[in-house]
Amino acid sequence: MLLAEQVLNGLQYGMMLFLMAAGLTLVFGVMGLINLAHGSLYMAGAFACAAVAALTGSFWLGLAASLAAAAALGALVEVVVIRRLYARDHLDQVLATFALILVFSEGTRWLFGSFPLYLSLPPVLSGAVTLPGGLVYPAFRLAIIGTGALVAIGLFWLIGRTRLGIRIRAGEADREMVAALGVDIATLYTIVFALGAALAGLAGALVGSVQSVQVGMGEPVLILAFVTVVIGGIGSIKGALVGALLVGMTDTLGKALLPAFFARFMEASAATSVGSALASMLIYVLMALVLVWRPTGLYGARA
Amino acid sequence: MHLKRSFMAGLAASAMIAGAAGAEPVKVGMITTLSGGGAGLGIDVRDGFQLALKMAGAPEVELIVEDDQQKPDIAVQIADKMIQSDQVDVLTGIIWSNLAMAVVPAAVAQGKFYLSPNAGPSALAGAGCDKNYFNVAWQNDNLHEAAGAYANSAGYKNSFMLAPNYPAGTDAIAGYKRFYGGAAAGELYTQLGQTDYAAEIAQIRASGADSVFFFLPGGMGIAFMKQYAESGVGIPLIGPAFSFDQNILQAVGDAALGVKNTSQWNKDIDNPANAAFVAAYTAEYGRLPSLYSSQGFDTANLLLSAMAKADVADQDAFRAALEAADFASVRGDFAFGPNHHPIQDIYVREVVKEGDVYTNKIIGTALEDRGDAYAAECKM
Repeated sequence: MLLAEQVLNGLQYGMMLFLMAAGLTLVFGVMGLINLAHGSLYMAGAFACAAVAALTGSFWLGLAASLAAAAALGALVEVVVIRRLYARDHLDQVLATFALILVFSEGTRWLFGSFPLYLSLPPVLSGAVTLPGGLVYPAFRLAIIGTGALVAIGLFWLIGRTRLGIRIRAGEADREMVAALGVDIATLYTIVFALGAALAGLAGALVGSVQSVQVGMGEPVLILAFVTVVIGGIGSIKGALVGALLVGMTDTLGKALLPAFFARFMEASAATSVGSALASMLIYVLMALVLVWRPTGLYGARA
Repeated sequence: MHLKRSFMAGLAASAMIAGAAGAEPVKVGMITTLSGGGAGLGIDVRDGFQLALKMAGAPEVELIVEDDQQKPDIAVQIADKMIQSDQVDVLTGIIWSNLAMAVVPAAVAQGKFYLSPNAGPSALAGAGCDKNYFNVAWQNDNLHEAAGAYANSAGYKNSFMLAPNYPAGTDAIAGYKRFYGGAAAGELYTQLGQTDYAAEIAQIRASGADSVFFFLPGGMGIAFMKQYAESGVGIPLIGPAFSFDQNILQAVGDAALGVKNTSQWNKDIDNPANAAFVAAYTAEYGRLPSLYSSQGFDTANLLLSAMAKADVADQDAFRAALEAADFASVRGDFAFGPNHHPIQDIYVREVVKEGDVYTNKIIGTALEDRGDAYAAECKM
């Protein structure tokens, strides 16, 4: 029963990582851009949700606002800053997007203050539900898992079955040829960037609702999202999904089981230190193993 | 990026009383947490401290406040700067024990006084005590010891224990177990600053405990309490006041009602100093004081009481004046033990709702005239 609950926790964490990694992998794969500011879009979504929910009293309006605000901010950033970086090398991209992190963090601190904000969950999703088998689990975390699954299906459909998806895949394969065929590549990039930003904003709003909304919340998630993208293979939505679930499970089960394992023959405090240090390492061990086995990631087409 | 604010109290007035006994200027450096999940604690300590200076009229105190961002490396940088370039006489303000352990030993070794308004790690109360280190709040274990004593009287036999993995967290569980006589259903340490408690709550659910003792100050406590309420685990919670301060209660809301917690201070302690403090604080800042506010307030008043008796340049006289603790503490009786940590009563409080505001009321005394477990190891 405990293990089943921890597996659900891992699933929920993985789905949240997927929402982050999906946007990152698209931007990385299609535009060849390393976007460190993806975590800031996650934070922007969370703050937009908190602000609108506090203003209107409706969580759902807040959630809609998080999507809209993150997408709008993403599009704005793409047009104003990112567009100038496609032709530059990765170091310039990292520097510029790192600068964006600082700008967004301080801007948010200036707007909302340093004190964390807390959201109230909508009544329909608050409390716990009993699952088949007698497992009791918070409804909102189940909703996060469900949202992640829906977004995954939606993205597979979008990339695989629509005209926009064809263009995205074509842009990934050969951007000059796509441009030569008359596709407006600049608009396509803005759309992809805004789409990734909206997913990050949604992840931020969902996580902010169960945890807290504060400045700097995006950066720890960003690192794991990059690990996810590398494990899954750059540019692959399927890779992002599988990678996110692998990372989420490894992290959650590692953090839950390793300290308990070490506590059998160590003091509780030391067991936690050793166990959680090893658990944080596990993700990178996983990444190393995957890269040794498949240097381009699980579903990556190119290095 | 750093929040910096200088507080010059009564410069004009000080010119008039210059030359009067004990009116030598004292420069105070306050290193505290003003951003991130722990910001509420530092803001309350700072506000309590500044209120005491303001209420005292015009003492010659120059206060420099800097934000440590709850990071030990930044706290050490600020302390170095305050000691070397600002040349402060007294340091204070640190909230977190891991930061205190990084700053305090070096600061007192350089001949500065350190007055702790919050952190009281066991290492600084026992063998690592120092003649220039004074703790005006409590030794870390104290409120947890009281929680253990309360758990016995409430008849709990199988407690699950949860605390962050840093000096005050291990002190918390050690303190609880020192007085609690029942069995341990589980003992779990979390990451400091953690915001997701799903994995811990799953373990609590599976543990079969009859009570959950938890120590999670600041934003950690808010996140845990909200997630605990959503999880459907109904096991009663007990904890120190740090898990139930004013900031946490407003964010958690109804889920906290009726929970018992232990504190050396509450706003309903009946003495004139406390009544004046609560009224002035509420008027000044538009919110109720927390125990952190009361600790900041007491720290400033201790400093002022010593300044009235001795010159800070005469270290031995100033130290003796601090040891006398000749000030009206808002918590009532207050004295320093041999290791410069408080001897005080610790109360049991219950979370209640007054109008729209969630707050605590005292329902009993858990420990009377409690010192700490480490005083005997202190040789100064």
